[in-house]
Amino acid sequence: MLPAGIRWPDISFRWLALLAAITIGVLIALVGWELYRGSRLAIGQFGPAFLVRSTWNPVTDQYGAWPFIYGTLVSSAIALVIAVPLGVATALYLTELAPIRIRQPVIMVVEMLAAVPSVIFGLWGIFVLIPWLRDHLFVWLKTTLGFLPLFQGPIYGVSMLAAGIVVAIMILPIITSVSREILRSVPNLQREAAYALGATHWEVMRIAVLSYAKRGLFGAAVLGLGRALGETMAVTMVIGNRPEVSASLFAPGYTLASVIANEFTEATTDLYLSSLFELGLVLLAVTILVNAIAQLMLRSLAGSGTGKIN
Amino acid sequence: MQADTSRYTPSARQHAWRKFLSRAMAGLMFLCAVAVMAPIFLVLYFLIREGASALDWNFLTQLPKPSGEVGGGMVNAIVGTFVLLAMAACIGVPVGVMGGIYLAEYGSERANSWIRFLADVLNGVPSIVWGMVVWGLLVVPFKGFSAYAGGVALGLMMIPLVMRTTEEVLILVPQGYREAGLALGIARWKIITVIVVKTAMKGIITGILIATARVAGETAPLIFTVMGNNFWSHSLSEPISALPLQIFSYAISPYDDWHRQAWAGALVLMALILLLNVLVRILSRDRKFT
Repeated sequence: MLPAGIRWPDISFRWLALLAAITIGVLIALVGWELYRGSRLAIGQFGPAFLVRSTWNPVTDQYGAWPFIYGTLVSSAIALVIAVPLGVATALYLTELAPIRIRQPVIMVVEMLAAVPSVIFGLWGIFVLIPWLRDHLFVWLKTTLGFLPLFQGPIYGVSMLAAGIVVAIMILPIITSVSREILRSVPNLQREAAYALGATHWEVMRIAVLSYAKRGLFGAAVLGLGRALGETMAVTMVIGNRPEVSASLFAPGYTLASVIANEFTEATTDLYLSSLFELGLVLLAVTILVNAIAQLMLRSLAGSGTGKIN
Repeated sequence: MQADTSRYTPSARQHAWRKFLSRAMAGLMFLCAVAVMAPIFLVLYFLIREGASALDWNFLTQLPKPSGEVGGGMVNAIVGTFVLLAMAACIGVPVGVMGGIYLAEYGSERANSWIRFLADVLNGVPSIVWGMVVWGLLVVPFKGFSAYAGGVALGLMMIPLVMRTTEEVLILVPQGYREAGLALGIARWKIITVIVVKTAMKGIITGILIATARVAGETAPLIFTVMGNNFWSHSLSEPISALPLQIFSYAISPYDDWHRQAWAGALVLMALILLLNVLVRILSRDRKFT
């Protein structure tokens, strides 16, 4: 043990490090508290009914969160329906089928997609994707699947479906890379056993790999959901920003994050601002819950001795 | 009792079908991989096609023109982005690195797993929420949008990212290095700063660059904190402009010339982020501890 005179830098360094680590907890509490503080007025005014009210009218000072919750859920659901199968299939291709030489380049390309900022996806969405969707994909969907209520009504271009597609592109990298790590952690013995029984490539993947990695892949999807729920700029730019609940995916919608981005600086009354804060609080609660579930699922997997992730 | 084994013996037809199915699924997966890779090429193609034609010397050196007028540039937004990133790094790097040091060098396993868990959860907090929080903490009390507020918002977002990557590289430094230091009677904090952190320096810098690249493109936390500014900001307590913000407001404007400039701005921003990523690759290529 060093004499007390030279121990103080050691002790203060340790405390400094502890302080920095604790900042994480302080930040979470701070975020929650700030949003709660901001939304107290709206919580007092509307109570829990706020979540299911579907009026959003700044003129009469009446607010409800339902159109935004609905829009967030629907656009995220579309994104997951597109991105999970694509991401998992790509991860399977990379771990099971692709020649070793092309694996690294493909991974790099997918990682590059993760580096593109939200606002650039939004810009691309407005000027490239939406015109194409409006003139081609949506028209085709309407003529072939128009009997479903999902694909009826006028086509504007900006829509729930466009937002879902953009968000799907944005969450593809995380779903692909987490799925790839999960699949890599499947022990080779699993595969060899299946091959030894005479299984084909696909049967090995289905029986030995996918069923083994099911839980982890589900965790990857939940992680993607967490990202999709909070996606702001790109969604704001392509979803059409209309607080309506409509069965058609061609109709414009609104999400929790995008209404905050659009209306926060324009909020004229205290109640208006407070309602926006409450939307933020709802968004925070849902994303924290979803992320916590994803982390727990992926973590328990890593700790179960079946091979560490990475 | 004799089991009937005849139904387990595959016929040639079944065999062909299984082989066909396997091939078909492999083809399908290949197509999925192509579909996943397609968007980045489509985005980059349009960025370069639309952005390059609008990108000229004026764009990089002039202030924006009043709405509707043709010409002008985004020099203030480009500088603003660098100013904000520098401020963010001033907050995110020291706190993140020190927190990473605590996780790798001091904390108990139980406390660490909690902090790690919270850091990962914090990473998932939507960026728009950070904007609201910093608005409540810094914009309202100081009665105005400011570059400080934006820098703080981005800096807070960097903390969990930097902390996790720092921890990951520090635990790769061999235990023997620390023991050798202790045997020489060197104080613990000196061992950590002079030996452990120095050994893992490249990895830590890589983590910082990754975090910087991630917040460089953030728009949502800036809308209610720095607000944007069409002129030069003369002080950090004034509203400032940033590339992502400028791209956003130009993209949703009704003017063709502004759309053109939004593409040019997006090209510059993308180039900046890709540059940071290339740096990360170069640094991590011949890294000792990964």
